[in-house]
Amino acid sequence: MKKVLAILSFPCMKTLFCVVVVTASQVSYANDRFITLQSTTSTANSGLYTAILPAFREETGITVNVVPVGTGQAIKNAENGDGDVVLVHAREAEEKFIEDGFGVERFDVMYNDFILVGPGSDPAGIVGSDSASMALHKISVSGSIFVSRGDDSGTHKKEKRLWDDSNIDPISDSGRWYRETGSGMGATLNAAVGMNAYTLTDRGTWISFSNKQNLELLYQGDDALFNQYGVILVNPERHPHVKQQEAQIFIDWVLGKNGQQAISSYMLDGQQLFFPNAK
Amino acid sequence: MGQALHHPNIGPYDENLLPLVIESAWYDVGGQNLINGLDLRIESPDITVIMGSNGAGKSILLRLIHGLLELTSGAIKWGGKATDNRLRQQQSLVFQKPVLLRRTASQNLDFVLKLPQNRRLKRGPNSSTSAQLLKMVGLHDKANQPARSLSGGEQQRLALARALATRPKVLLLDEATASLDPASISIIENIVLEQKALGVKVIFVTHDLAQAKRLADEVVFMSRGRVLEHSKATEFFLHPKTEVANAYLSGTLSVEETHQ
Amino acid sequence: MQDILQSLLLAANLVLSGDSDLFEIIGLSLRVSLSAVIYSIFLGLPLGSLIAVGNFRGRQALMIVLNALMGLPPVVVGLVVYLFLSRSGPLGWMELLYTPTAMIIAQVILITPIVAALSQEILSQLFEEYDEQFRSLNVPRWVAVRALLWDARFNLVTVGLAGFGRAVAEVGAVMIVGGNIDHLTRVMTTAIALETSKGNLALALALGLILITISLLVNAGLFLVKTRSQKQKFG
Repeated sequence: MKKVLAILSFPCMKTLFCVVVVTASQVSYANDRFITLQSTTSTANSGLYTAILPAFREETGITVNVVPVGTGQAIKNAENGDGDVVLVHAREAEEKFIEDGFGVERFDVMYNDFILVGPGSDPAGIVGSDSASMALHKISVSGSIFVSRGDDSGTHKKEKRLWDDSNIDPISDSGRWYRETGSGMGATLNAAVGMNAYTLTDRGTWISFSNKQNLELLYQGDDALFNQYGVILVNPERHPHVKQQEAQIFIDWVLGKNGQQAISSYMLDGQQLFFPNAK
Repeated sequence: MGQALHHPNIGPYDENLLPLVIESAWYDVGGQNLINGLDLRIESPDITVIMGSNGAGKSILLRLIHGLLELTSGAIKWGGKATDNRLRQQQSLVFQKPVLLRRTASQNLDFVLKLPQNRRLKRGPNSSTSAQLLKMVGLHDKANQPARSLSGGEQQRLALARALATRPKVLLLDEATASLDPASISIIENIVLEQKALGVKVIFVTHDLAQAKRLADEVVFMSRGRVLEHSKATEFFLHPKTEVANAYLSGTLSVEETHQ
Repeated sequence: MQDILQSLLLAANLVLSGDSDLFEIIGLSLRVSLSAVIYSIFLGLPLGSLIAVGNFRGRQALMIVLNALMGLPPVVVGLVVYLFLSRSGPLGWMELLYTPTAMIIAQVILITPIVAALSQEILSQLFEEYDEQFRSLNVPRWVAVRALLWDARFNLVTVGLAGFGRAVAEVGAVMIVGGNIDHLTRVMTTAIALETSKGNLALALALGLILITISLLVNAGLFLVKTRSQKQKFG
């Protein structure tokens, strides 16, 4: 023990010790009342939260810490208890989340739609296709490159369903014309730009994405491309630390008049990105 | 048996260090016998000079005596005791290449003076401060210079001052003046003679024949990891008993191979 | 090319206009990574010293492990720390996930092996030089360690810099355990990743340029301090 103290008496160590105490004591958090929202890159990257959350905070004094990840990871994190609320867009996964006892109840919040984007020259000729799955069919037949999220996100789940409808199994060509980035929407769009390829994206991310280069919106409007967002309170029975009260305030707000209005008034480049549809 | 060393500065241990007895000492490294069944008995309290050509095993012998290396077999005893920390405490070794801390000259001495086992020295009546030690080796005006920026000779003088800071009863020097400037050599030799006068046992490994003649009271001549001759200095320089020593003294022998 | 020019202008504009979001992010980056370096020094330096000076069984194995850990992918560290700090993990009750503290923890794990391995290398070299002299002087082991640390302090600064460089530049670990939450856990690298994913390449690059500049300034500053004091005092 004496020896340890002797080493501590080393002048340099003393300074270090002080610095550590100082840095450790600096760690404090901006706001006592906060909730953690596990959400998607599509909503976060589009700037929606930056636009609507300040109003919520002003009304309620609650800070919302948004963790932007893919829907799959958001749900996984929430299952681990690392969040109070989930706001994602993959209905089946959300329902399973509740069924498994991790979530309390799911509510529709808002929707937008998915679109197919690709090179302006449209080598696969998908413009004017009868349906989204027909468009995908054309892409696969032409051998044009299609970039997939490949990350189990809401967008990825939707894309897989569309491939099922087109009776094509792109996975068997993974690495050739079908390329899975395993990344977020933005990174995948960057990859599509780089490869001059087709991809499926939500409209919000597309409008707010600033590196479009040769890529253009080529197909939209199929009912199958409907993109519904839902909000779920993480089950306090499963994870007792969930800030049920604050989280419920947030859910009530986002489903209520003020929240819904904030969502519909968020515009980018003169376009509305999300359409509120809470019941 | 041997005679007690008289030391004016009463050391921590009032023990008989002499005679130094080395019995059938072997030291092997990688299958090479660097020390080769060596026997030696040193009783003289004066200056013993160890000579021999490169590779004869002089420096290794000095480290074995000091306890920095361990014998493969055999025994080394100071006044009947094997070298341990306590015994080493009473010895100082000046290396051929001085190893100085990356600090100023006086901080190098303070480091030794402030070692826990040496704190007691400071309170003694004859205690020396780093300033006094620096003065002794003629470095008083370089106290605050980085030790490693000193010249080779100055560095070795500082190393000698450090060696004496612990008030050793035995001073070991390993070719301590090799390739130094003449002024430094003379300062170091004078201090060595002073220490002898104070009753410090000196064992000096050197290559330099002239230096050996200036300092030696007795000579140990080594070859191939063994002692070939051990005699009074005057006798050795005038009448070497062996061919090898004769060749060495006449300058026709310089490097020898060690035994396999 | 135009992108790069545009980024330079944007970077200059952000810095000169005193963009408060930018300075918040820079501040957090520095706070997290500097704290991580300091804690890593506390853990890594004793470990490095122990291996340099110690003579114990498993020393070699420990060295090999440390050297291997120097190459730990940040994202793996992030994942492991996430699993521990997650509410379902063993340390979930500490409520550290998605806080700067979690980011510091991940970076400490990331750079402690670097600090330990590099300091061990520096100290071993010095110890080899001093060892015989120290044994001759009967220097106690703990005094020897102190002397080594003190005499190598200028070289050890480089170790800290190496650690800081890796900490401030990594994105994988802080992204997972920090969550890249705006105004809470967003640092330079996660902001760069975010802007890249938004397609704001010029802004992302501008942030990158600022990060490089900060790194350069920190390095240059410490280098100056190091050479100055070394020259003045220790030739």
